[in-house]
Amino acid sequence: MVTGLIGRTAGKLLVPFIFIFGFYVVVHGHLTPGGGFQGGAVIATGIALILVCFYYQECVNKYMSLTTFKVIEAAGLVLFICTALSGIVLASGLMFNWANANGSLFGHAVEYGVNAGDMLTAGIIPVLNFAVGIEVFGALSVVLLCMFAGLKETTAEEDNK
Amino acid sequence: MAKCSFTIPPKLALVLIVAFTLILLLPAIGIEFGNPQADVTDQYYIDNSQVETGSNNVVTSIVFDYRGFDTLGEATVLFIAVLGVTMLFRRKL
Repeated sequence: MVTGLIGRTAGKLLVPFIFIFGFYVVVHGHLTPGGGFQGGAVIATGIALILVCFYYQECVNKYMSLTTFKVIEAAGLVLFICTALSGIVLASGLMFNWANANGSLFGHAVEYGVNAGDMLTAGIIPVLNFAVGIEVFGALSVVLLCMFAGLKETTAEEDNK
Repeated sequence: MAKCSFTIPPKLALVLIVAFTLILLLPAIGIEFGNPQADVTDQYYIDNSQVETGSNNVVTSIVFDYRGFDTLGEATVLFIAVLGVTMLFRRKL
Protein backbone atom coordinates (compact mmCIF):
# COMPACT_ATOMS: atom_id res chain seq x y z
CA MET A 1 0.00 0.00 0.00
CA VAL A 2 1.49 3.27 -1.08
CA THR A 3 -1.54 5.52 -1.36
CA GLY A 4 -4.47 6.46 0.86
CA LEU A 5 -8.19 5.80 0.83
CA ILE A 6 -8.99 8.13 -2.08
CA GLY A 7 -6.34 6.60 -4.31
CA ARG A 8 -7.41 3.09 -3.37
CA THR A 9 -11.08 3.70 -4.21
CA ALA A 10 -10.30 5.50 -7.45
CA GLY A 11 -7.93 2.72 -8.42
CA LYS A 12 -10.48 -0.04 -7.86
CA LEU A 13 -12.92 1.92 -10.00
CA LEU A 14 -10.53 2.84 -12.80
CA VAL A 15 -8.34 -0.25 -13.35
CA PRO A 16 -10.86 -2.28 -15.43
CA PHE A 17 -11.66 0.67 -17.65
CA ILE A 18 -7.96 1.38 -18.21
CA PHE A 19 -7.40 -2.24 -19.26
CA ILE A 20 -10.38 -2.14 -21.63
CA PHE A 21 -9.26 1.15 -23.15
CA GLY A 22 -5.72 -0.13 -23.65
CA PHE A 23 -7.01 -3.30 -25.28
CA TYR A 24 -9.25 -1.17 -27.53
CA VAL A 25 -6.29 0.97 -28.61
CA VAL A 26 -4.22 -2.12 -29.44
CA VAL A 27 -6.98 -3.96 -31.32
CA HIS A 28 -8.07 -0.91 -33.33
CA GLY A 29 -4.48 -0.03 -34.22
CA HIS A 30 -5.08 -0.31 -37.95
CA LEU A 31 -8.31 1.73 -37.89
CA THR A 32 -7.93 4.54 -35.38
CA PRO A 33 -5.00 6.57 -34.05
CA GLY A 34 -2.90 4.51 -31.67
CA GLY A 35 -1.43 1.07 -31.99
CA GLY A 36 0.67 -1.46 -30.20
CA PHE A 37 3.09 0.89 -28.47
CA GLN A 38 0.44 3.28 -27.19
CA GLY A 39 -2.02 0.59 -26.15
CA GLY A 40 0.66 -1.41 -24.36
CA ALA A 41 1.68 1.70 -22.45
CA VAL A 42 -1.96 2.29 -21.43
CA ILE A 43 -2.31 -1.28 -20.13
CA ALA A 44 0.96 -0.91 -18.21
CA THR A 45 -0.56 2.22 -16.62
CA GLY A 46 -3.29 -0.05 -15.22
CA ILE A 47 -0.59 -2.33 -13.78
CA ALA A 48 1.04 0.71 -12.17
CA LEU A 49 -2.31 1.69 -10.61
CA ILE A 50 -2.75 -1.85 -9.24
CA LEU A 51 0.72 -1.74 -7.71
CA VAL A 52 0.02 1.65 -6.12
CA CYS A 53 -3.51 0.89 -4.89
CA PHE A 54 -3.28 -2.66 -3.56
CA TYR A 55 -0.82 -4.51 -1.36
CA TYR A 56 1.69 -5.05 -4.11
CA GLN A 57 3.81 -7.60 -2.27
CA GLU A 58 0.73 -9.82 -2.06
CA CYS A 59 -0.15 -9.08 -5.70
CA VAL A 60 3.38 -9.90 -6.82
CA ASN A 61 3.52 -13.14 -4.83
CA LYS A 62 0.08 -14.37 -5.86
CA TYR A 63 -0.85 -13.08 -9.30
CA MET A 64 1.89 -11.25 -11.14
CA SER A 65 5.46 -12.23 -10.50
CA LEU A 66 8.41 -10.69 -12.30
CA THR A 67 8.91 -13.93 -14.22
CA THR A 68 5.38 -13.74 -15.64
CA PHE A 69 5.98 -10.33 -17.14
CA LYS A 70 9.41 -11.33 -18.41
CA VAL A 71 7.79 -14.27 -20.22
CA ILE A 72 5.01 -12.02 -21.59
CA GLU A 73 7.56 -9.52 -22.89
CA ALA A 74 9.73 -12.15 -24.54
CA ALA A 75 6.65 -13.86 -26.01
CA GLY A 76 5.56 -10.56 -27.59
CA LEU A 77 8.94 -10.06 -29.22
CA VAL A 78 9.07 -13.67 -30.42
CA LEU A 79 5.55 -13.38 -31.89
CA PHE A 80 6.60 -10.20 -33.69
CA ILE A 81 9.73 -11.78 -35.15
CA CYS A 82 7.86 -14.95 -36.18
CA THR A 83 5.17 -12.90 -37.93
CA ALA A 84 7.87 -10.89 -39.68
CA LEU A 85 9.68 -14.05 -40.76
CA SER A 86 6.45 -15.64 -42.02
CA GLY A 87 6.64 -13.13 -44.86
CA ILE A 88 9.85 -14.80 -46.03
CA VAL A 89 8.37 -18.30 -45.84
CA LEU A 90 4.94 -17.61 -47.36
CA ALA A 91 5.71 -14.68 -49.65
CA SER A 92 8.57 -12.71 -51.10
CA GLY A 93 10.28 -10.92 -48.23
CA LEU A 94 10.57 -9.92 -44.60
CA MET A 95 7.42 -8.21 -43.27
CA PHE A 96 5.55 -8.87 -46.51
CA ASN A 97 1.83 -8.40 -45.91
CA TRP A 98 0.82 -11.76 -47.37
CA ALA A 99 -2.52 -11.97 -45.56
CA ASN A 100 -3.90 -8.74 -47.01
CA ALA A 101 -7.11 -9.10 -49.03
CA ASN A 102 -6.80 -12.85 -49.62
CA GLY A 103 -10.02 -13.87 -47.91
CA SER A 104 -8.52 -15.38 -44.77
CA LEU A 105 -8.84 -14.01 -41.23
CA PHE A 106 -7.88 -10.32 -41.32
CA GLY A 107 -8.03 -10.71 -45.10
CA HIS A 108 -11.14 -8.73 -46.04
CA ALA A 109 -10.64 -6.29 -48.86
CA VAL A 110 -10.84 -2.66 -47.80
CA GLU A 111 -12.71 -0.14 -49.89
CA TYR A 112 -10.87 2.92 -51.10
CA GLY A 113 -11.59 6.31 -49.59
CA VAL A 114 -13.05 7.50 -46.31
CA ASN A 115 -14.98 4.74 -44.55
CA ALA A 116 -15.74 3.53 -41.05
CA GLY A 117 -13.33 0.62 -41.34
CA ASP A 118 -13.56 -3.12 -40.90
CA MET A 119 -11.89 -4.93 -38.01
CA LEU A 120 -10.85 -7.87 -40.18
CA THR A 121 -8.70 -6.04 -42.71
CA ALA A 122 -5.00 -5.27 -43.10
CA GLY A 123 -3.50 -8.76 -43.12
CA ILE A 124 -0.64 -9.21 -40.69
CA ILE A 125 -0.76 -5.63 -39.37
CA PRO A 126 -3.24 -6.46 -36.53
CA VAL A 127 -1.06 -9.42 -35.53
CA LEU A 128 2.04 -7.23 -35.43
CA ASN A 129 0.08 -4.60 -33.47
CA PHE A 130 -0.96 -7.24 -30.96
CA ALA A 131 2.60 -8.55 -30.62
CA VAL A 132 4.00 -5.09 -30.01
CA GLY A 133 1.19 -4.38 -27.53
CA ILE A 134 2.02 -7.52 -25.53
CA GLU A 135 5.71 -6.70 -25.61
CA VAL A 136 5.35 -3.07 -24.48
CA PHE A 137 2.89 -4.09 -21.75
CA GLY A 138 5.32 -6.72 -20.44
CA ALA A 139 8.35 -4.49 -20.74
CA LEU A 140 6.88 -1.52 -18.86
CA SER A 141 5.45 -3.86 -16.21
CA VAL A 142 8.88 -5.40 -15.66
CA VAL A 143 10.33 -1.91 -15.19
CA LEU A 144 7.52 -1.00 -12.77
CA LEU A 145 7.92 -4.18 -10.71
CA CYS A 146 11.70 -3.76 -10.54
CA MET A 147 11.34 -0.22 -9.25
CA PHE A 148 8.44 -0.98 -6.86
CA ALA A 149 10.49 -3.75 -5.26
CA GLY A 150 12.56 -1.11 -3.46
CA LEU A 151 9.59 0.62 -1.80
CA LYS A 152 8.59 -0.01 1.80
CA GLU A 153 4.88 -0.78 2.08
CA THR A 154 2.54 -0.61 5.06
CA THR A 155 0.55 -3.57 6.32
CA ALA A 156 -3.23 -3.93 6.47
CA GLU A 157 -3.23 -3.41 10.25
CA GLU A 158 -1.41 -0.10 9.94
CA ASP A 159 -3.82 1.12 7.29
CA ASN A 160 -6.93 0.26 9.27
CA LYS A 161 -5.73 2.01 12.42
CA MET B 1 43.66 3.28 -16.69
CA ALA B 2 45.75 5.19 -19.18
CA LYS B 3 45.26 8.93 -19.25
CA CYS B 4 43.99 10.56 -22.42
CA SER B 5 46.86 12.62 -23.69
CA PHE B 6 45.03 14.51 -26.42
CA THR B 7 42.79 17.31 -25.08
CA ILE B 8 40.88 20.06 -26.84
CA PRO B 9 40.67 23.44 -25.06
CA PRO B 10 37.06 24.28 -24.09
CA LYS B 11 36.89 27.51 -26.14
CA LEU B 12 38.03 25.72 -29.27
CA ALA B 13 35.48 22.98 -28.59
CA LEU B 14 32.70 25.57 -28.30
CA VAL B 15 33.72 27.21 -31.59
CA LEU B 16 33.85 23.80 -33.27
CA ILE B 17 30.37 22.87 -32.02
CA VAL B 18 28.85 26.14 -33.24
CA ALA B 19 30.58 25.87 -36.61
CA PHE B 20 29.49 22.25 -37.05
CA THR B 21 25.88 23.14 -36.18
CA LEU B 22 25.88 25.98 -38.71
CA ILE B 23 27.27 23.66 -41.39
CA LEU B 24 24.51 21.14 -40.64
CA LEU B 25 21.89 23.90 -40.87
CA LEU B 26 23.11 25.05 -44.32
CA PRO B 27 20.65 22.90 -46.34
CA ALA B 28 17.72 24.39 -44.41
CA ILE B 29 18.24 27.83 -45.98
CA GLY B 30 15.50 28.68 -48.44
CA ILE B 31 12.96 26.10 -47.30
CA GLU B 32 9.69 27.70 -46.28
CA PHE B 33 7.42 26.23 -43.66
CA GLY B 34 4.62 23.98 -44.90
CA ASN B 35 6.05 23.67 -48.39
CA PRO B 36 8.34 20.63 -48.50
CA GLN B 37 10.69 20.22 -51.45
CA ALA B 38 10.15 16.47 -51.80
CA ASP B 39 6.47 15.56 -51.58
CA VAL B 40 6.35 12.51 -53.82
CA THR B 41 6.59 9.86 -51.10
CA ASP B 42 3.92 11.17 -48.76
CA GLN B 43 1.45 11.64 -51.58
CA TYR B 44 2.18 8.04 -52.64
CA TYR B 45 1.43 6.83 -49.12
CA ILE B 46 -1.83 8.80 -48.96
CA ASP B 47 -2.95 7.52 -52.35
CA ASN B 48 -1.92 3.86 -52.18
CA SER B 49 -1.53 2.72 -48.57
CA GLN B 50 -5.19 1.79 -48.18
CA VAL B 51 -5.14 -0.50 -51.20
CA GLU B 52 -1.67 -1.93 -50.68
CA THR B 53 -1.85 -2.70 -46.95
CA GLY B 54 -5.58 -2.76 -46.25
CA SER B 55 -5.12 -0.50 -43.24
CA ASN B 56 -7.36 2.54 -42.89
CA ASN B 57 -4.79 4.20 -40.63
CA VAL B 58 -1.99 5.50 -42.85
CA VAL B 59 0.40 5.93 -39.92
CA THR B 60 -0.01 2.28 -38.93
CA SER B 61 0.45 1.18 -42.53
CA ILE B 62 3.79 3.02 -42.61
CA VAL B 63 4.96 1.92 -39.15
CA PHE B 64 4.04 -1.76 -39.51
CA ASP B 65 4.25 -2.36 -43.25
CA TYR B 66 6.37 0.05 -45.29
CA ARG B 67 8.82 0.64 -42.43
CA GLY B 68 8.22 -2.62 -40.57
CA PHE B 69 11.91 -3.36 -40.19
CA ASP B 70 12.31 -0.10 -38.25
CA THR B 71 9.55 -1.22 -35.86
CA LEU B 72 11.33 -4.54 -35.36
CA GLY B 73 14.41 -2.57 -34.33
CA GLU B 74 12.33 -0.42 -32.00
CA ALA B 75 10.88 -3.48 -30.28
CA THR B 76 14.37 -4.93 -29.89
CA VAL B 77 15.67 -1.64 -28.46
CA LEU B 78 12.83 -1.65 -25.91
CA PHE B 79 13.65 -5.25 -25.00
CA ILE B 80 17.33 -4.43 -24.48
CA ALA B 81 16.48 -1.31 -22.44
CA VAL B 82 14.29 -3.37 -20.10
CA LEU B 83 17.09 -5.93 -19.89
CA GLY B 84 19.38 -3.14 -18.70
CA VAL B 85 16.82 -1.95 -16.12
CA THR B 86 16.38 -5.45 -14.69
CA MET B 87 20.15 -5.80 -14.48
CA LEU B 88 20.43 -2.44 -12.71
CA PHE B 89 17.72 -3.28 -10.16
CA ARG B 90 18.72 -6.90 -9.48
CA ARG B 91 18.56 -7.99 -5.84
CA LYS B 92 21.28 -10.62 -5.56
CA LEU B 93 24.27 -11.58 -7.62
